[in-house]
Amino acid sequence: MSEPRDGGLKVIRRGLSMSPSITEGLGLTMLLALVSTAGGAIVPLVVRRAIDDGLAGGGGVDTDAIIRSVSIAAVVILAIMVTGWWSKVRIFTSTERGLAELRISAFRHVHDLSTLTQNTQRRGALVSRVTSDVDQISQFLQFAGMMMITSVGQMLVALVVMAALSWQLTLVVLVAFVPLALALRFFASAMSRAYDRVRASIADMLAVIAEPVVGAAVVRSYGVEERTQERIDQAVRTNYRNNVRAQTITAGTFGSAIIVGGIANAAVLGIGLWLGMLDQLTMGTVVAFIFLVGLFTGPAQQATQVIADAQNAIASWRRVIELLETPADVVDPGSSGTRLPDGDLDARFVQVEFSYPGGPPVLRDIEVSIPARQRVAVVGETGSGKTTFAKLLTRLMDPTRGQVLLSGVDISQVGFADLRRHVLMVPQEGFLFDATLGENLRYGRFEADDEELVQAIAALGLADWYAGLPRGLDTPVGQRGESLSAGERQLVALVRSALADPDLLVLDEATSAVDPQTELRATRALDRLLAGRTSVTIAHRLSTAENADRVLVFDGGRLVEDGTHAELVALGGVYARLHASWVAQASLDG
Amino acid sequence: MSADAPLDSLGSDDTRRLTRRGFGVMGVGIRREPWMFALAVVLSLLFGVMTVADAWVLGWATDHVITPSFADGEVARGGLYTGIILFIVAALLRMIGVIGRRLAGGVVFYRLVRDDRLRVTRQYLQLPLRWHHRHPAGQLLSNANADVEATWSVFMPLPMALGVIAMLLAAIGTMAAADPVLTLIGLVVFPLLFVVNAVYQRWQGPRLALAQSLRGDVSAVAHESFDGALVVKSLGREGDETARFARVSERLRDANVAVGRVRAVFDPVIEALPNLGVLLVIGVGAQRIASGAAAPGDVVQVAFLFTVVAMPVRSFGWVLGELPRAVIGWHRVRRVLDDDDHMPYGERALPGSGAVRLDVTGLDYAHPDEPDTTVLRDVEFSVPAGRVVAVVGSTGSGKSTLTSLVTRLVDADAGAVRYDGVRVQELSQAALTSTAALVAQSTFLFDDTVRANIVLDREIPEDRIWSVLRDVQADRFVADLPQGLDTQLGERGTSLSGGQRQRIALARALAREPRLLVMDDATSALDPDVEQRILRALAERSESGSGPSVLVVAYRKATIGLADEVIFLANGKIADRGTHAELRDRSRAYRNIVDAYDQAREEVDHE
Ligand SMILES: Nc1ncnc2c1ncn2[C@@H]1O[C@H](COP(=O)(O)OP(=O)(O)O)[C@@H](O)[C@H]1O
Ligand SMILES: Nc1ncnc2c1ncn2[C@@H]1O[C@H](COP(=O)(O)OP(=O)(O)O)[C@@H](O)[C@H]1O
Ligand SMILES: [Mg+2]
Ligand SMILES: [Mg+2]
Repeated sequence: MSEPRDGGLKVIRRGLSMSPSITEGLGLTMLLALVSTAGGAIVPLVVRRAIDDGLAGGGGVDTDAIIRSVSIAAVVILAIMVTGWWSKVRIFTSTERGLAELRISAFRHVHDLSTLTQNTQRRGALVSRVTSDVDQISQFLQFAGMMMITSVGQMLVALVVMAALSWQLTLVVLVAFVPLALALRFFASAMSRAYDRVRASIADMLAVIAEPVVGAAVVRSYGVEERTQERIDQAVRTNYRNNVRAQTITAGTFGSAIIVGGIANAAVLGIGLWLGMLDQLTMGTVVAFIFLVGLFTGPAQQATQVIADAQNAIASWRRVIELLETPADVVDPGSSGTRLPDGDLDARFVQVEFSYPGGPPVLRDIEVSIPARQRVAVVGETGSGKTTFAKLLTRLMDPTRGQVLLSGVDISQVGFADLRRHVLMVPQEGFLFDATLGENLRYGRFEADDEELVQAIAALGLADWYAGLPRGLDTPVGQRGESLSAGERQLVALVRSALADPDLLVLDEATSAVDPQTELRATRALDRLLAGRTSVTIAHRLSTAENADRVLVFDGGRLVEDGTHAELVALGGVYARLHASWVAQASLDG
Repeated sequence: MSADAPLDSLGSDDTRRLTRRGFGVMGVGIRREPWMFALAVVLSLLFGVMTVADAWVLGWATDHVITPSFADGEVARGGLYTGIILFIVAALLRMIGVIGRRLAGGVVFYRLVRDDRLRVTRQYLQLPLRWHHRHPAGQLLSNANADVEATWSVFMPLPMALGVIAMLLAAIGTMAAADPVLTLIGLVVFPLLFVVNAVYQRWQGPRLALAQSLRGDVSAVAHESFDGALVVKSLGREGDETARFARVSERLRDANVAVGRVRAVFDPVIEALPNLGVLLVIGVGAQRIASGAAAPGDVVQVAFLFTVVAMPVRSFGWVLGELPRAVIGWHRVRRVLDDDDHMPYGERALPGSGAVRLDVTGLDYAHPDEPDTTVLRDVEFSVPAGRVVAVVGSTGSGKSTLTSLVTRLVDADAGAVRYDGVRVQELSQAALTSTAALVAQSTFLFDDTVRANIVLDREIPEDRIWSVLRDVQADRFVADLPQGLDTQLGERGTSLSGGQRQRIALARALAREPRLLVMDDATSALDPDVEQRILRALAERSESGSGPSVLVVAYRKATIGLADEVIFLANGKIADRGTHAELRDRSRAYRNIVDAYDQAREEVDHE
């Protein structure tokens, strides 16, 4: 972690400007907090007066005067309880409001990032951005950050009072604290490095801990528990060592403030007495100074304490800011975008090229025009670029070069809300949310009632399957839909897309785990339901291609063949070969 | 009384019970790390006593150095040097105390966390798959992370809090020595501090617990939503997902504000109490001095004591504040650790080499969540050594379930699976995993290199890896990857296309040269001719006696055609069995599935 980074203050300033709710009324809150802190100085002052006016005075104790100052102080203390309460309520309310907004906008931003950017990050890391990172910032703002401000305030107040009582002793105290101030810089950077290491080891640890959880079946069926455990043990132990190291530095820093306080007390005693003998100071002042040194050391100790928290919080804040500042490289033109016409939708690729970041082009010179209402099949070997093509067509990614047009409109000019209403891609992994079957189907059309959902299921020829579900639409589908069989998950995704009723439907091997009979029944029903819509279907099962209006054949990132099934078979090229092998193994009659 | 009792709800009535159980959790931790904990407490005691000593030094200096010096107009040198040395020594010991306490306390905490993480993850690796199916991944991840930390974070302030007890006793002691009446003030104010802290925690407990559980909800929603990011995006549901997340986030916000409001009331009170104590001491002290019952030094010392003790006493509040989290965390962690749902392995090895015979008799199975819906009923078949058996059935008929029973990922409710006549339950894990390899329907790749994903825990020579990659036609694209075999694949292998991932998973199984290969529709994303080649190669090797027995779930007729026998599964029962040709002749349902494409083509031709 040696990349140049923004300084802490810059991060805080940037962060605060992103969450304006936090700074709303912050002036008053800080004023209240400072008043509360300043009020704390009343106690040493009372001690001093009491000693000078009474306790140590030659003419006996003036009980009345002491009672008077004590009563005034009591009133002040009660008053600062109120300001303290008020400032705390304000800080909790405004920071929580601001951080909730930050959390939500960071969450939204993750979804606004392109699929590609999303995939460069571990899921867990993205989750941390909107959970633990924000929690760290909140901890910091409400405790450490507040403490820093009030600590500085308290030190200032102590300093002012000290200076008013005796500038000489004030100087003595300051000189005692100079080495600490210097040491703090050193400690702070050591701490920063130590906590960087802690964080890195946490990320590694979480990644390996995820293995036996997410990959439980593979770990079990290949019996690789030992290897997995070794990896986990190593990561957990590294994390432990890094934590203990960071803790050592924090403890040392904290301790160093105490010894400085002791030295300051000793110096005040010695030099104070000497000055006292020169009639420069009263006895009350000397004693009050020792109380004031306490007021000064306390915050200094806490400052060393909060440095660690601050380091962590700033690092967290920096990560959240970095996430929010990661450009959504597939940009939503929003409401200023062009609207797509309702109904028929045609698509055109103009000289499209695409490469994944840092990689060679995986699609080259794609030039194709798909008229409205055409049913297109896309075939090609694994890795030939079919999925990439589908993602460009639905603008899950933007081409590196060239243009994708929908009904003549550059797809990047279409507002997302409009685009997603017209264009839908069904990916191969039938991902479902951990909810009921009905709730998952409603992802396709929010306003659909139960009856419509059941009708859609039946319309895809799945009535028998549905009848077999004892809880019907209330059937829980489990995490990622894993309480259903892989094929059933895909079927649910298919019903969901039928409900969404798009004008351009792109199916990327969306029925690969479904048995042929059910697949045919469902896709044909879908064809009927979406009659007159444009559709692009990627499939290994070439029955799709046989029935399509047109077949596009990809090979090594190029569109090599384009025509009807019959034409391409006659052509005797890539498609003819793929089809021959498909027929050979699909029609094994002998 | 134990910390392990079930945790039903967290109403405010439960706070007392919660506190009691929290002490139980602390007991567990102390018993695990007695020595380090004792060290932390001893050092904390040192710190506490020396803090009081600090105030005593001030009082002593007032009486023996400051007052005489001002009275005589001349510095009392001997006393001054002693005073200086006392201040520095007290600070030094305090420093040693605080550094040691934090270090030892930190070590206790981090060790407890580390050891529980190791325990929890061992348990994950040991608990059977059916257990994993019942527990959401997000929850398990937070068990091993946040919950473990929540359980033990009480150990951070605990040594300090215990040291404070010593501090308070020492404070009362020195006060008593100084002046009995002023001591009375201490005896009122100190317990009051405890009472206020305790009341605070009783108020706060349920609020903290609510915030903690909402934090879990926020995390779960984010986890799932990001997991399904592609679906969210392609359906254009970003706005609704954000609304869903905003709902839980706003509830968390409100819960946190509620926590903050209680804090805002108590913090100033807890801060003010010692200050009021100081004022009381001075007011009463003035009268005591006036009546000649106390010396000024006594009053100063007692007053100073109140200020130094004030801050540490708060650590009790921290300990109490951590208790609800500790109890909840511990409860979640224990739920994992105490789960005795285990699938014990046997002891037996499987002698011999080459293909094994698979016998399945009378298998019944229902998913634990849906015990009334049987997924498999009375399934019975065999795969003779070196033979290929295909399983055909419609979607949801139980094929995947069958493959996981056959490889003993789960155990059946009734019936038996045998390899060469030995029940799989009798086999050791090593025997089991070196005999059978399952290529699952959904591909899972580790966040590791291509090589690591293929060899896993085996030592497999480089040329063998490449020859397997050639078999599955993955050699070309692997060679094209930036670092070849050592390319990192990223989480779940997202940088590969679906078919490429499937080939790696297939290579993983083939590289182990299993004696029984089970493929669950594992070639759906492969091109037909690649699949053909792989299966033919396997079949040839099997004929020559060096290949595995194969159980394959498939739909493609060529694949099925290679099988010596086909099991036709319908609604979890074997509806028919025989060669492909036999089944086609006699079963209409079977024909409807495997001939679906031909029928479709004929219909098109007829139109
Ligand atoms: N996220 C990614 N990062 C880098 N390379 C990728 C990524 N996704 C796919 N590829 C590569 O792009 C090529 C085309 O992939 P894809 O379009 O998924 O193929 P298909 O769908 O035809 O099987 C493959 O070589 C694959 O390895
Ligand atoms: N974890 C689970 N909990 C409950 N039911 C399940 C679970 N997994 C699968 N099922 C159900 O068991 C049946 C068989 O599933 P499966 O064996 O995956 O079918 P397939 O033949 O498609 O591979 C399906 O109806 C499915 O809904
Ligand atoms: Mg693909
Ligand atoms: Mg299956």
